[in-house]
Amino acid sequence: MKEEGKHKKAKKYGMVINLDECTGCGACMVACMAENNVPFKEDESNKLDSIAWMRVYKLTNGKSYPEADICYLPRPCMHCEGEHGHSPCVSVCPATATDYNHETGIVSQIYTRCFGCRYCMAACPYHARYFNWWDPVWPEGSTKYLSPNVSPRMRGVVEKCSFCFHRYQLAMDKAFLEGRTVLEEDEYQTSCTQACPAGAITFGDLNNPEHKVHQLAKPDNKHGGRPGNPNVFRLLERLGTNPKVYYMSSREWVRQAGDNYLDNEDFAKNYRH
Amino acid sequence: MSTQDDKAKEVSADGAAGPIILFFILGLAATLVFGWVIFPKLLYSQKKQPIDFNHILHVEAVEEGCESCHFFREDGSFSGIPKLAQCVECHEDAQGEDPNEVKFVEEYVANGREVPWLVYARQPDCVFFSHAAHVKKAEMDCGTCHGHIGESEHSRVYEENRITGYSRDIWGKNISGLRKHTWERMKMDDCAECHATKEIKTDVETLPWPINWLPRPYEKQTGNQARVKTVKEACFVCHK
Repeated sequence: MKEEGKHKKAKKYGMVINLDECTGCGACMVACMAENNVPFKEDESNKLDSIAWMRVYKLTNGKSYPEADICYLPRPCMHCEGEHGHSPCVSVCPATATDYNHETGIVSQIYTRCFGCRYCMAACPYHARYFNWWDPVWPEGSTKYLSPNVSPRMRGVVEKCSFCFHRYQLAMDKAFLEGRTVLEEDEYQTSCTQACPAGAITFGDLNNPEHKVHQLAKPDNKHGGRPGNPNVFRLLERLGTNPKVYYMSSREWVRQAGDNYLDNEDFAKNYRH
Repeated sequence: MSTQDDKAKEVSADGAAGPIILFFILGLAATLVFGWVIFPKLLYSQKKQPIDFNHILHVEAVEEGCESCHFFREDGSFSGIPKLAQCVECHEDAQGEDPNEVKFVEEYVANGREVPWLVYARQPDCVFFSHAAHVKKAEMDCGTCHGHIGESEHSRVYEENRITGYSRDIWGKNISGLRKHTWERMKMDDCAECHATKEIKTDVETLPWPINWLPRPYEKQTGNQARVKTVKEACFVCHK
């Protein structure tokens, strides 16, 4: 009962990704695939078929030398909160196979409930959802290396990043054993966060002022989680999806690339929060 | 002509009614017997545990009850069926003359080979079950879900569903799916029986209130998984 006083609000797990530090190495993608039993395909370059819960995109500012600049942008599931948990995918799912959890802020995906209509994929503005067109094929013997904590998906269902929810559950198990109900910041971290050699990804509870993500993003919960840090932005902010993945960059063109702006809009003036 | 035909039909119908009804009753009986008796026998294969384990004997010998062998690891995970190392602590050599123990020591301990126990309560791959949450947090008894397994002298036959590969304990012994006790079935509905109906609030934030029997005016759930009663968003709690 003592620890309740520390932090009473529901949790809202989220991520801050520092794009200035990301080198585009793809370690997060590899770590994610290994952690979550993501099946790989014979031809991974076939983007209609291949699955990547975490995908690194390359952005360019479109200018020629010497102003040419590039930026790599890792994209997990944004775990949109929308308004009161009405994330785009959750509101269209006819099977309640995906839902917004108000205790953790994590958007779930229940593979055994999903029947593969793919409405959620159409609704997701971030292309974070993938469809299993085929049953996974694991090379001989490699099933022994699958994680027992994540069930492999069958043909005909949609899958996506879960913020390594199984790690949350395992951390909670340890907490229960020790008579706690509250997790420390470092007890629950996603696989990509820990794999990033540049330390570009920060993960934690956005509602907890003691967590680093809160301090970096300074989310304004009264205004749809809008970041208070002028260097922090979210993808397609103006759609109102209220994502929980924040990006941080000191470069203005990168921040501007996070959403679509009209040619005559003055980004610097209007959108620096 | 027509009247003759009608008569002929009536006669044949009267004569056939008896055999048709009899055929129907026999057919119904046959299908019922097949569905309720033969099909379950065909559906489940019978397997014996590699070693016949005497729970009573062991519970008497150990000090901490179930948790002596089925313990929690430090990281919060549950050990389930013990590994060989756990057994070897006592059974480096045979302690008695029971043929099962002798077999265990000769075949497994001497060769350092794990016993391929058949797990009665193994859930499908998509299920996440936290022993810590139920045993430690909710302080439930092992027997609520596992029954009086600690009072058994012999390992019972393990029945495996030939189609799904799951243990019969999941569906339950009764083929109709009915049950009297909480430990007779381990289907999702059985989990839901507590999770959808019971209002157990473990962590609540209350204001001081002098009269105990009056309902408190201010009571709010705090912390994680504070309620046992789950709403639709809780699928992810047990599904992985």
